[in-house]
Amino acid sequence: MSNILIICHKELKSYFASPIAYLLLAISAVVFGFFFYSATAIFVVRGVESQMMGRGMPMDVNEWVIRPLLTNASVIGLFLIPMISMRLFAHEKSTGTMELLMTSPIRDIDIILGKWLGALLMYACILLISAVNFVWIFAYGKPDWKPMLVGYLGLLLQGGCMLAIGAFISTTTKNQIIAGGATFSTLLLLWVLDWVSAYETTTLGKVISYVSVVTHFEPFSKGVIDTKDAVFFVSMTFFGLFLTARSMESLRWRA
Amino acid sequence: MIKVEGLTKRYARNVAVNNISFEVEKGQIVGFLGPNGAGKTTTMRILTCFMPPTSGKASVAGFDVLEQPMEVKKRIGYLPESPPLYPEMEVIEYLTFVGRLKGIPSSDIPRAVDHAIEKCALGEVRIKLISKLSKGFRQRVGLAQAIIHNPDVLILDEPTSGLDPKQIIEIRELLKELSGSHTIILSTHILSEIEHSCQKVIIINRGTLAAIDSVENLTARLRGAESVALEIGPSDGDALAEADVQRKLEQVPGVSRVIAKGAKDGLCSFEVESLKGRQIRPDLARIVVGSGWNLNELRPVGFSLEDIFLQLTGSEAKAADGESK
Repeated sequence: MSNILIICHKELKSYFASPIAYLLLAISAVVFGFFFYSATAIFVVRGVESQMMGRGMPMDVNEWVIRPLLTNASVIGLFLIPMISMRLFAHEKSTGTMELLMTSPIRDIDIILGKWLGALLMYACILLISAVNFVWIFAYGKPDWKPMLVGYLGLLLQGGCMLAIGAFISTTTKNQIIAGGATFSTLLLLWVLDWVSAYETTTLGKVISYVSVVTHFEPFSKGVIDTKDAVFFVSMTFFGLFLTARSMESLRWRA
Repeated sequence: MIKVEGLTKRYARNVAVNNISFEVEKGQIVGFLGPNGAGKTTTMRILTCFMPPTSGKASVAGFDVLEQPMEVKKRIGYLPESPPLYPEMEVIEYLTFVGRLKGIPSSDIPRAVDHAIEKCALGEVRIKLISKLSKGFRQRVGLAQAIIHNPDVLILDEPTSGLDPKQIIEIRELLKELSGSHTIILSTHILSEIEHSCQKVIIINRGTLAAIDSVENLTARLRGAESVALEIGPSDGDALAEADVQRKLEQVPGVSRVIAKGAKDGLCSFEVESLKGRQIRPDLARIVVGSGWNLNELRPVGFSLEDIFLQLTGSEAKAADGESK
């Protein structure tokens, strides 16, 4: 366990020692801030409109603001996660520090878990920045905080699964740009897979749309913890980390 | 301390290391000599458990590299060809990280870091970013990284490459200081390096073992000790008494050994070895002629370390070049 923390600590430190962490935090703050502004603006306009129509129907801030924002946050994650995961192994391979890690008395799995955990914490920092916006909603309204928490839990689970896939891709190359690009394309593909679900009735079609990472996030954004979806994310994470371990082992045989 | 038996490493198409066996005793400094691409790095990577061998056995301090890699890794300090540094870290931060990685208890880490910094003379750069360091300092940080957990065995892949002469001497001094308590294997393709630092030399070429010898034997030849082939015949038709000739030759100053190679057609052949740095050929010629014998042949057959090295490694390399073309 302590070996995992040593690696994790080092990863987090190197994110914040380079501009990458600040860049990611800034992108997240600006883009999510804009999403937040537009979502609340629409909510306010709609609210005023419905009062003027005389209906005065109460509008749910959770449904109108928080849920779409959480979905937007997961889209931002799609773009930012390749930037977090691309350097995990590719950087170590290109600087030769992989040799240091692999000849130290520490298991491969400790290296992988430490790196994945470091990346996940980095992603958690990004999510934390986005959460700052919600303080305003709590200041001026009375949203239900539980669905929001579930939404963030979903974002973390989804992020963990995407980071595991990114970590695997990062072990296959020395070049960070290639790792980032390949990760983004893979995640994008996993993202859009469910688009065919409406037209596909075959078993294969159902399986393909099941693998999409989007459909499994939806319940979380509504504040529902569905075991099926949580299991999906966790098992995808395991699968990604398993591939990473295999890839690292093959690195030893080929290197 | 280190035992390698029939070690072979095969990549997809080529054999990097082919059936190498050697042993290194505790406290020795061993030089690993060979041209580029000879298999030095591969052998070192197998010893450090970075990669497994295709066949054969290697063990460090009695632990097999395949069966107990964790035990081996704990006892090894390894400096790869390019030092494994994180450019975004400060020297002290980096050494602390490596110390933790090598499993030093956290209470001992500051002391271990200070010790490594002192040994490698890194005091003035301890809070500098590694990316700002010169090549020589980076090499020394790499060395500090290898010795931080006070390992039994140090494996250094070209520790002096890219350093200026003064830095090379400093590293050499450091290695001498470390030997005794540590067993050191260092690879190089610089011959004088071996002469200065090592007690034993392992020469490998194209993946196979070309020679294992002590440095004394090799440097004796390097320093100009030579062996001379002599062929002596009688001038007046009488047969020569081989024993007489041998006794005479042994009296020549500077001669360490005379080996009789036998007689043929009335001609006697000898191989005469000189002491280090002595020129014996003029005296040999004088004594042969002075004794009234015919000097049929006088030919130096000694090699310098370069000659040995080139002979062991060069011809095969040329043959391989021819094949590949």
